[in-house]
Amino acid sequence: MAAVAGARWKRWVFLYLPLGAFVVVTLFPFYYMAVTSIRPDQEMYIPWNRPNFAPFWTLRPTLEHFALLFRETLFVRWLLNTLMISTLSTAIALFCGLLAAYALARLRFPMGGTLGSGIFVTYLVPQTLLFIPLGEVIRNFHLGDTPWALILTYPTFLIPFCTWLLMGYFRTIPRELEECAQIDGATRVQAMVRIIFPVAMPGILSAGIFAFTHAWNEFIYALVFLSSAQNKTIPVGVVSELVRGDTFFWGPLMAGALLGSVPVAFIYSFFVEQYVSAMTGAVKG
Amino acid sequence: MPQPAESAPATVLSKPTPIRTAAFGLGRLRRASRTERREWLLALILLTPALVMLGLFVAYPFVRGIWLGLLDSVVGREGQFVGLQNYAKLWNDSIFRRTAQNTFIYTGCATFLKLTLGMLVALMLNNLVGFKRILRASMLLPWIVPTVLSTLAWKWMLDPTFSIVNWILYQVGFIRLRVDWLGGPVMAMGSVILVNVWRGTPFFAITLLAGLQTISPDVYEAASIDGANAWQRFWKVTWPLLMPVTMVVVLFSVIQTFADFQLVYILTGGGPANSTHLFATYAYQIGVATGKLGEGAAASLAMFPVLFMVVLFQLWYIRRGEGGKGGA
Repeated sequence: MAAVAGARWKRWVFLYLPLGAFVVVTLFPFYYMAVTSIRPDQEMYIPWNRPNFAPFWTLRPTLEHFALLFRETLFVRWLLNTLMISTLSTAIALFCGLLAAYALARLRFPMGGTLGSGIFVTYLVPQTLLFIPLGEVIRNFHLGDTPWALILTYPTFLIPFCTWLLMGYFRTIPRELEECAQIDGATRVQAMVRIIFPVAMPGILSAGIFAFTHAWNEFIYALVFLSSAQNKTIPVGVVSELVRGDTFFWGPLMAGALLGSVPVAFIYSFFVEQYVSAMTGAVKG
Repeated sequence: MPQPAESAPATVLSKPTPIRTAAFGLGRLRRASRTERREWLLALILLTPALVMLGLFVAYPFVRGIWLGLLDSVVGREGQFVGLQNYAKLWNDSIFRRTAQNTFIYTGCATFLKLTLGMLVALMLNNLVGFKRILRASMLLPWIVPTVLSTLAWKWMLDPTFSIVNWILYQVGFIRLRVDWLGGPVMAMGSVILVNVWRGTPFFAITLLAGLQTISPDVYEAASIDGANAWQRFWKVTWPLLMPVTMVVVLFSVIQTFADFQLVYILTGGGPANSTHLFATYAYQIGVATGKLGEGAAASLAMFPVLFMVVLFQLWYIRRGEGGKGGA
């Protein structure tokens, strides 16, 4: 009996309490974001060492920050921009990645291994290495300050990932499946499109979810390639329009941050398993 | 003992094949059967969209960036070739030196902390019976949400006047006076690292957990029977078996942390007094904010040697792993 009590005590100290603390620290900024977004200004700007500083909740919740966000900024426009850019770039990346992954996983051709490694290496090229020359390239193609600047460049960091993940997925599908189809008279391409792609749907979904969240979160390309307010994405719009010099409009900023986070968090909550498998799959290669 | 003797020539024979393939590609094309050729053609067609995209928006800008780094381009004016002058200028720039130092400190400290914390959390989650899925799901939020937006929340939490972090620490009794989290160079660097650790630990924890779940419980049982305690079990069993996953996670994270931009851009903007710049934020300041494109391109390319070595190491490590699997 004493041994069991001892074990339980140990589980609390070494497992539940530290894990609980970790989760609280992990989630607290989001909670604080939410509270700040509904806190009236006169309550918000009280120095922290005053006795009436009540940080964890507010007794007079207000929607004035959201109202300001929708009335005085182009937030809805930014939301639609982000949605469109993320969706289209994910679609392009999935299309390119799906075809490339099939070729690399299933077909025998000279230089196949080298090309595979090449695509993997571009996966590791960070956006910050290229943003200045890429900005020039974008201007030369006359894409500057248009959504296409992002729709066409985001796939560069999404394709390698999608290819890599789908290659792994294709390898788990037995070859016999398409061989059977080919014996039944289907061409190689028909077997690929009708048999293999549908079987790979879970992998495609994982890659798509992961790619979409990445595109949604991208910042530096959007910051550098877009200039007019109505073309911006949420992260760039919120930062550039609600911070004036040294003045931060914290209420609307937090409201914008919250609303900009909700769509990805929402999608993610439906596809947690796919997301995690994509993430761990991407790492395992 | 004939086995090793037999397997050795097999590897010798199998190894040169890829080299022959590359060198005699044309010869093979001529000798190839019709079906083989059709397969190559199909592969080429399937790979074209991806290669065109990557060529246009990764390879071409990269080459262009190297060239731009050798020009004295400014926004709106064609640059003249100045050789390595941009690099020489950076080398003599005390802010750039500080930036290089910062980037290494930032990457080193943040990666070490993320690995340690992530490993602890992964081990705890692995021992947890219930709630595992919900915890895992909620834990990943910092990783899902746009970094810029969550960093804004942190900036607000660390605000010099209205900081809730100060309030909590004061209430708990850890501090008596206010802490200016982003005010001084050392504190600001520490805060930036802290937020990076907050954002990156879930990624470590979840991927390491996935790795831990592939380790069979039998191994631990065997180790326990042999009298190993928890500490020994971790270092002698878990750590080596988890090494391949750990390695890849760390290398990924090193690349991302080394090339980080958003976090510093929002939290400190490189300040106070240019003391917390990373390569990327400083390159942005030079190349975009002040419009010296050539110098900015050079500053961001300064990241390349380190990134290149990490990538090479990673490729080597993966290849080695594949070779090991193939040989076994």
